[in-house]
Amino acid sequence: MPELTRRRALTTAAGLTTAAGLTTAAPAAALAAPAARAAEHHHGAPEPFDEVYKGRRIQGRPSDGGGAHHEHGGGYAVFVDGVELHVMRNADGTWISVVSHYAPVPTPRAAARAAVDELRGATLLPFPAN
Amino acid sequence: MTVRKNQADLTADEKRRFVGAVLALKRDGRYDEFVRTHNGFIMSDTDTGERTGHRSPSFLPWHRRFLLDFERALQSVDPSVALPYWDWSTDRTVRASLWAPDFLGGTGRASDGRVTDGPFAAATGDWPISVRVDGRTFLRRSLGAGVRELPTRAEVESVLSMTAYDAMPYNSASDGFRNHLEGWRGVNLHNRVHVWVGGQMGTGVSPNDPVFWLHHAYVDKLWARWQRGHPDAGYVPAGGTPDVVDLNETMKPWNDVRPADLLDHTRFYTFDTLDR
Repeated sequence: MPELTRRRALTTAAGLTTAAGLTTAAPAAALAAPAARAAEHHHGAPEPFDEVYKGRRIQGRPSDGGGAHHEHGGGYAVFVDGVELHVMRNADGTWISVVSHYAPVPTPRAAARAAVDELRGATLLPFPAN
Repeated sequence: MTVRKNQADLTADEKRRFVGAVLALKRDGRYDEFVRTHNGFIMSDTDTGERTGHRSPSFLPWHRRFLLDFERALQSVDPSVALPYWDWSTDRTVRASLWAPDFLGGTGRASDGRVTDGPFAAATGDWPISVRVDGRTFLRRSLGAGVRELPTRAEVESVLSMTAYDAMPYNSASDGFRNHLEGWRGVNLHNRVHVWVGGQMGTGVSPNDPVFWLHHAYVDKLWARWQRGHPDAGYVPAGGTPDVVDLNETMKPWNDVRPADLLDHTRFYTFDTLDR
């Protein structure tokens, strides 16, 4: 589970940085992006995930690229409370979603969490919008 | 000839006419078609596949034509209206007159991001968010929350100094002026402004916020300034590039206009000044 390893590494790094009296945000971001690239660059799809984040179920899994997913051919599908969130992978391995389209994050799980933050409890609509 | 002015220099009457024309397009349904078109391209433009509106060389001519369509629609309501631009490297705080109640209204309230003043506040009943990705039907903003600082003048100049228009692989990983202006690499200009505004501006349905047009009118002006600074450089690629719009290929969704037709903005409009 590279995802867990990475998370543990990040948590540890953040803790050490805090202990050193520095801000945590910049080092965490600096670590996260290369880690994501390393874990996900060689083929394919990142690991699946399934968790409750801020009271909402977020899930991610490799997809076959069929169905509604053809908009981006991403090969990975993310869901918030069972509704698919349109996500896209950038050439450098970072990810965005339709509710956070201009701010890349390291992993599809981070994109799902960013979407939950952005939604502030609102229901996601199935895409394509309307 | 249409003259695009800095939003900070608009008269009260010019602001009133711009807002009035935008609200008229909203009422008759034409506005939401622009939002729908933009979101369609946002979702389908990919780094490894066909890409036209974003993350590709045609980001700039595509948005130039998209803004021209919108400006012509505004002028069909009120021929005196031109698109203003927002120089976010100068008017970089929430106190800018751009965000006053007589123009675009301010930031959203803390609880739910809802914009509560100005002509586009949900309470007016004039600005329902219809083309959307979630259940919320009110305009939202969180100015300066997603990222603290708008780009500086020095950062803008550093991007304008780049000599190549674009570079292989012609996507979000590219070096060159286009991708640095778009923001996927480097100091991040255009993308960062979307994030700074927040709310719908951070999403694929970003034209739901009228500031979208003022933001892109300034990005478009920066392209014109880059051209003036680099008269010997030009749009690339020139031909034969899979998934990418070459200089003389037509662009979707219009299918009758090429980047080559859009390089010279003076065929369509001028700016109040190109000196800054």
